[in-house]
Parts: sequence; structure tokens; C-alpha cells
Amino acid sequence: MEDLLNLFHGFAIIFSWYNLGMMVVGLMLGVLVGVLPGLGGPNGVAILLPLTFTMSPTSAIVMLSCIYWGSLFAGAITSILFNIPGESHSVATTFDGYPLAQQGRAGEALTASFTGSFFGALFSVLMITFLAPLVAKFALKFGPPEFFSVYLLTFASFVGTGKDPFKTLVSLMLGFGLAQIGMDNVSGQLRLTFGWSELLRGVDFLVVVIGLFGVGEILLSMEEGLKFEGVDDKINPKVVWQTWKKLPKYWLTVIFGAVIGAWMGFKPGGATAASFMSYGLAKKISKNGDKFGTGELEGVIAPETAAHGSGCAALLPMMALGIPGSATAAVLLGGLMIWGLQPGPLLFVEQKEFVWGLIASMYLSNVVGLVIVLSTVPLFAAILRIPFSIIAPVIVVVCAIGAYTVNNAMFNIWVMLTFGVIGYIFKKLDYPLAPLILALVLGDKTEVSFRQAILGSQGDLGVFFSNWLVGAIMTAGLLLLFWPAIAAIWSKLRKRLATS
Amino acid sequence: MEQNQTQEQPCSGRWTHQNVEMIVAVLIMLIGALMMVDSLRIGIGWASDGPQGGYFPFRTGAILCISSVVILLRALFGKKHNNRKPFVSWGSFRQVLFVLIPALLYVLVTQFTGIYVASALFIGGFMRVIGRFNWLRVILTSVIITALLFWMFEIQFMVPLPKGPLESLFGY
Repeated sequence: MEDLLNLFHGFAIIFSWYNLGMMVVGLMLGVLVGVLPGLGGPNGVAILLPLTFTMSPTSAIVMLSCIYWGSLFAGAITSILFNIPGESHSVATTFDGYPLAQQGRAGEALTASFTGSFFGALFSVLMITFLAPLVAKFALKFGPPEFFSVYLLTFASFVGTGKDPFKTLVSLMLGFGLAQIGMDNVSGQLRLTFGWSELLRGVDFLVVVIGLFGVGEILLSMEEGLKFEGVDDKINPKVVWQTWKKLPKYWLTVIFGAVIGAWMGFKPGGATAASFMSYGLAKKISKNGDKFGTGELEGVIAPETAAHGSGCAALLPMMALGIPGSATAAVLLGGLMIWGLQPGPLLFVEQKEFVWGLIASMYLSNVVGLVIVLSTVPLFAAILRIPFSIIAPVIVVVCAIGAYTVNNAMFNIWVMLTFGVIGYIFKKLDYPLAPLILALVLGDKTEVSFRQAILGSQGDLGVFFSNWLVGAIMTAGLLLLFWPAIAAIWSKLRKRLATS
Repeated sequence: MEQNQTQEQPCSGRWTHQNVEMIVAVLIMLIGALMMVDSLRIGIGWASDGPQGGYFPFRTGAILCISSVVILLRALFGKKHNNRKPFVSWGSFRQVLFVLIPALLYVLVTQFTGIYVASALFIGGFMRVIGRFNWLRVILTSVIITALLFWMFEIQFMVPLPKGPLESLFGY
């Protein structure tokens, strides 16, 4: 009951002209960065973060989270109209989305995917409303050992569920290494600066995000010789209405998609996996499963519902525990710290206005977002038809300005360029980038929680198994960390048993 | 065009997928080693007040080294199907350089002229050379975009960006 009251209070905060304006601006910008090659959720938010330093945290988070929702919606536009998945979680949308567009049913596909996204998001927001306060209340009991174990679990889940455990490890450790550059906040010693004064204040994660995801992505797009050959979009109220009339019969696909999305969203890097899982499941349960890939509406609804749901759900651990569930959520978390908020379970106690304002804005912005994307698709599709030779340099300029404004340093632009090249090479070699960002954002906190825990126990590592809670999380984390090895040994054993 | 024909075949040149994988692994190993050495300097063990400053970086570096050795060995002896494929064909790489080199120049020029003039030159140059637009469109587009950026950052958000001699002429 108390939560509902808080939620109403949150709505009261959101319903101001200023915040509503921020919402619309954020959504439009989000769709824009989502459709533009080289820009996306994480770096879109990173570039605009410095502009929010002077805003109130609530208005800032409303705008930035709306950029995130907008970019999630936008994935469907490029996938369906241009057969180009803007981000990895919209790859599955191209399977049926583009064939539909080729058959002249782009409007239907877009409407279906936006509506699916909307329901996926709604489900996740409902879950956040009722679950996040409980999780936060539970986590209030956490001390440093528990927090360290949760961090370990987060990082280990990348290793355990990623494609290549060693490359994931490299990515994580590089993130940690970058976080360690600068002054050590416990001993005051300079670490990894090698006498370079520019490195004293450390490497800012925003600059790294802009480089890896922005410049790196542009280089990749260039290499692929990007040419947008779009299909015409016919989306008007009539098409929308007719598609909506068809949608109720896909209720099962939507529910499955939403549940998968919400569940996968907890875990880092879940959106891509969620969209593929949902697509696969929809293919299995659908009567037209064998026609998937040739242009089935269900094949668009399933991945979009799950991807958007998981994107929203990624904010649950971010708000309740201070652990982001996706790369964009990691950037938002960094924003919290910059605005002077302490992420973690205390947020629900100390910053009620902020938390419930954000949750309320999630309800509202998904409704507003649905209306905006349905009405502005032609506009954004037109933007995609601007020649790449104009878009590419403009994006590089925008990235450079974004990197510079983080702390008004020319050095940042050089760092951004360097990470652009690193991002390009890493993408080509299949090094995952999300773990790097997460480790960079959470690196300091992980280290501090480890040090505090170990100080409390006077150097005894047993503190990480001192009660059932921390012991269970640690065990789960270690299991996940070594899961690739365990799985390999297990399959070998089974083979040996089978042959004998 | 010649390159386009040869890129399909497995090439024995230097820049195969495998080579780049190995070079990157060695670089990462060096970074790891560097982190370990720097951490040794500030202490990697336990002091009376808990772990020393180098405790974490040393172990981070160690894991980097171990992981990169595994990746290196796998690239050397593993049988991945795309090992022999070229990392990037020359034709595509040229496209990448078409962005990368101007971007480098752009940042260099920014140091001297400020970001606005450099941006206008960068956007205009890119449109002219890569996009082959006519001069009128080139100049109009680059100037309008830069003016918009100026209006947004200097006037609306009041975020100072690097400025050079031209802006100081106008009193900024």
C-alpha cells in the first residue's frame, strides 16, 4: 500500500510541464540516436549526461531514461525498414520484420513491434514497482561482504553465460584496470598513472563508452560500406488500428516475451539473449512456426517484447542494488553518482522522490513513447536516408563534443579516438564490450567493498562465507565463474560414460 | 578492384584473423604485465590497514596475462574455421581509414582552431571528398550544422567548448 502511495507521489512529481517536456525531448532524442548508425542507447546517454549536471536528478534521470526507451523502440525501425539491426538485441527482429516490409506490410510490422515493446515494458515496470522495494529492503541488510559477493555474481554471470570465457575475462579485467587508474581512494597512492599528469583523475567511463560504442561503431559501419536501402513505410492510423485488431490473438507470444524479457533483464547483457529466446519459443509454440523467417507478425512481436522488457527490467537491479543490468543502465548508474546520489538499496529510503519519480516516469514514458514512435516513423526513416557521408562526420563531431564536455579536457577526445579503434578491433575479434563498461563503472565499488569486508574480518577471507546469505551468493558466483570449465568437464565425463 | 577478388580466398598474408588475434593477445599481455610491475612498486600484499594499493591491480594484471596467454595459445594451435581468413579486406580497411585519418586530423586541428572551425572543416571536407557533393551544399551544410552546435552548446546549455582565434574575433 505504501508503495502505491509512493507511486502516486511519483506521478505527481512527473506531471510538471518541465518534466513532461524532458520526457518528450528524451524520447525523440532516443529514437534519433537509436536509428543513427554509431549512436545507440549507451553512448547516446553518455553524450548527453554532461548536459544534465545542472538539472535536478529527477528531471535528469527522466530525460536520460527516456533516451534509453526511445533507443529501444528505435531498434525496430532500422531492423524492419532497412534490415539493419541498430543494436544486437534487434537482430532477431530482422528475421521476420524485413520480409514483412518487403511484402509492403512495414506499417503492420512496426505497429506490432512497438505495441509488443510497450507490453514488454509495461510488464517489467509493474515488476519493478512491486519487486524493487522488496529487493531494496532485503538488501538493506547487506554489508560489504554481501555487496562484494553480489558484484562477483554480476561479473561471473558474464563469464558463465558469455560466448568466450577468456575474452570476457580480458574485457572485465581491462575495465577494472581502467577503473584503477588514478588516485587510490584508500591509500592515496597513485596507481597506473606512469607519471602522466592527465591520468591523475582517472579515465572517465563516459569517454570510454563514447569511444567504444560511438566511434568504434562508425568505423565498423564504414567497413561494411553502409548503404541504406530502405523499404517504404506506410504507417497511418488505419494500419495501426487494423494491426491492433489482429494483435489479441498473439497474447501468448506477448506474455511469454514479457516474462522472458523481465527475467533476463535482471542479468547483465540479457536483452540480446532474451530476444533470441523469445523468438525461438514463439517459433515453437506458434501454429505458423514453420513460416517464421518469411514474414510472420509473431516473429516481430516476440523478440521486440522481450528486448524492451529486458531493457526496462535492467533498471531493477540498478535501482535496488546499485548493479546495472545492461550497458545503458551502467551509464545511467554512473549518472546517479555524478548527480551526487549514492546508488544502492538506501536510494529507496533516502531518495524516495527520485526513485518513485523514475518509476512513475517509466509508466508514462512508455505510453508517450508508443504514441511518438507510431506517429514519427516516416520522419526518422527520412533521417536514415541522409547520405552516410554527412551522417558519419556529424556523429564523430557529436561524439567528440560529448567526450570533451565530460570534464572539459582535450585529452578526453584523444582517449575517445583510442577507444574507438579498440572498440573496432574488439568487435571484430568478438571481445564482448558490455563487461568492460560494467567493470569500469563498478570497479571502484567492488574494490572498496572487498577492502571493507576484509578489514572488518582482519584479513580473514572466511568473511565471504560467514553466513548463509553471503555464502550462497559467493558459491553461486564462483559456480558461474567456473561454469565453462565445469560444463566442459561434465560433457567429457558423459561422453566417456556413454562410450564405456 | 584487384583486392576484391583476392579477399575471398584464404590468404597467407600477414593480416589474417589469426594474426590480429595473436597481436592483440600479446598487447593485452603486455598491459597486464605493466599493471603487475606498477603494482609491485606500491605494494601488492597486506599492510596493517588491509590490502595495499597494488593488491587489486596486481591481480587484475595477472588475470589479464593468464587469459591472454590462453587466447594466444588457442589462436596458435586452435582450429577455428576463420583463422586463415583475412582480418579485413584492403578495400574495407580503406573505408575505415577514410574515417579514421580525417578524424585524427580533426582532433589535431581542434587543438589549434577550436572545435567549431575544425568541425566545419571536417564535415565539409568529408562531404566533398567522400560524398562528392557540390561546393554550395558542402559549405551550407557544414556551416549550418556548426552554427547549430554553437547555438546549442554556447548559448543554450552554456557549456564552453574549445574555441580558437575565430571565435575570439566575435568576442567569445
